[in-house]
Amino acid sequence: MDSNTSGHADPYGVYVATWGALMALTALTFGIALLDLKHVTVLAALLIAAVKGSLVLFYFMHVRHERPLFLYMFLAVGITYAVFIGLTFVDYWSR
Amino acid sequence: MAGISTTLSAPLPNYLEAKPGILSWVTTTDHKRIALLYLGGMSFFFFFAMSLAVTFRLELLFPGMQFLSHDIYNRLLTLHGVVMIFLFIIPGIPAVFGNFFLPILIGAHDVAFPRLNLLSWYCYMAGAALAVVSILSGGGPDTGWTFYVPYSVKTGQNVFWPILAAFILGWSSILTGLNFVTTVHRLRDKAMGWFQMPLFVWSLYATGWVQIIATPVVGITLVMVLLERFFGIPIFDPARGGDPLLYEHLFWIYSHPAVYIMILPAMGVVSEIIPTFSRKHIFGYKFIAYSSVAIAAIGSLVWAHHMFTSGMSDIARIVFSFLTFLVAVPSAVKVFNWIATMYKGAIRLDPPMIWALMFIVLFSIGGLTGMIVASLSLDVHLHDTSFVVAHFHYTMFGGTAVIFIAALHYWWPKMFGRMYRVRPAKQAVWLFFIGFNMTYMPLFIAGAFGMPRRYADYLPEYTVFHQLSTIGSWVMVAALLLAFYNLVHSLFRGERAPEDPWGGATLEWRTPTPPPVLNFTGAPDLSRGPYEYPEDVAQ
Repeated sequence: MDSNTSGHADPYGVYVATWGALMALTALTFGIALLDLKHVTVLAALLIAAVKGSLVLFYFMHVRHERPLFLYMFLAVGITYAVFIGLTFVDYWSR
Repeated sequence: MAGISTTLSAPLPNYLEAKPGILSWVTTTDHKRIALLYLGGMSFFFFFAMSLAVTFRLELLFPGMQFLSHDIYNRLLTLHGVVMIFLFIIPGIPAVFGNFFLPILIGAHDVAFPRLNLLSWYCYMAGAALAVVSILSGGGPDTGWTFYVPYSVKTGQNVFWPILAAFILGWSSILTGLNFVTTVHRLRDKAMGWFQMPLFVWSLYATGWVQIIATPVVGITLVMVLLERFFGIPIFDPARGGDPLLYEHLFWIYSHPAVYIMILPAMGVVSEIIPTFSRKHIFGYKFIAYSSVAIAAIGSLVWAHHMFTSGMSDIARIVFSFLTFLVAVPSAVKVFNWIATMYKGAIRLDPPMIWALMFIVLFSIGGLTGMIVASLSLDVHLHDTSFVVAHFHYTMFGGTAVIFIAALHYWWPKMFGRMYRVRPAKQAVWLFFIGFNMTYMPLFIAGAFGMPRRYADYLPEYTVFHQLSTIGSWVMVAALLLAFYNLVHSLFRGERAPEDPWGGATLEWRTPTPPPVLNFTGAPDLSRGPYEYPEDVAQ
């Protein structure tokens, strides 16, 4: 096994880059909260959160190295949450 | 599965006698012992919460305040709701009967994560202890079990500990769901395809997904309440840009699917009992299996019907009303299929079957009155009246709790190796039926006439309804005490139960009574399907 990976599925560099991306996206979330994007504010924050969650799943939790079944399971959960949030916003946007 | 296919040479001791001593029980990773640990805890909390309800129902025997203050009444009501919902009815059937029978029904030695299984019991007990102690130690919450904001943020009563308790109990639920989903995927006997699984397993599988997906939502929501209460973060305060309706959305995104966490496993148990006592293959196996998944899926999208009078938008109300009507379809599929299973069957009215038949009657009343409150115009009138109290007691108590008792009577001989007396068991069922309807049917009428729920006092014109209900509660308690006394009595005086007292076809009836430590003495016998009975002429 490559000593650089020492039992991990990816080289350390990938994890560091993922961590960097997560920090950058956190800063972006903070940044858009300071802007007045009106209705889009929540949507933008949710999209960034979804990207961050996907990075964690794919790189830190190794889903990209797993069988497709796990990906389908995570997709099902993600879609369910999207529907939860979407239905909640049916109320907010039509009030 | 390699382990299962190996024939074990020496007979294994049964799980009850395998290791003696309390320490062996509280450190066990055997799914059957963990199920009994849950059963002990839940039975205690069920009777505890029932005694609270009997107390405040006694207060309601006459108008005016008799022996409770308004404040104590509110706290008893909250404690009854919190304990019954979080400590009995949500974990109920999966934690006890799911834990005990899921691995056996799919030919496995144990659940996928036995230690996690034990941890979930410890989470349950820790959450339970927190809930009860915090509420009884003075300053108990008066918010009702829903912890609605802004009251839960502003009340001077103790809210932190019960919320923490609910949070920890959520972990217990998630761990159980995770364990069951993984077990079904990974430990199912290789010879058993998805459509050869017993329907109880299907219902536990669907429930497991709801537990995993929905429970974190309420956990996070309750943390938000604490953040606002203790750190002033304005998530729900409209004066500072928050929204109290957001709490209701988030709370019910979990708490309505929780209703299906409660009822789906119960429906699974009914799908086991009815074919066994009709000596007939289940009617429409695939439809029942798919309807479990459909109920879990659609049932997760109907939460806002709890909020029709809260100020939500009209479009949202219409959408959620429609979705609520939609969830009745897969529920009705199950009811019709159970009835079709009994058609031309050789029906035996043993106690588990009578409890299951009573479930169909009571749950149908609960379900159909659910359609009434799902109608937007009617809900405006009926919301927060005792009609709703009667509706959810018909579905939850008449549904899930009745099937909990049915499952106890069905699997008791297998779990403990003792047969209970049939005559008192049947007497308890009929007594319960009378008491239950006497307790809750008057609340439908009182509610339709405008009796608000959660009130400690009422106008004299509602007296007759409350008196019928209170007297009914005594009859119901007598029935429950009789049923449980009969079961416990059998542990000491009951005859030894045979391997298959009911002539069942699923795998638990083809293993010794009580089951050995690793569930089977050899390879599980999968030569016939879960609903294939030799007497079934239709096959």
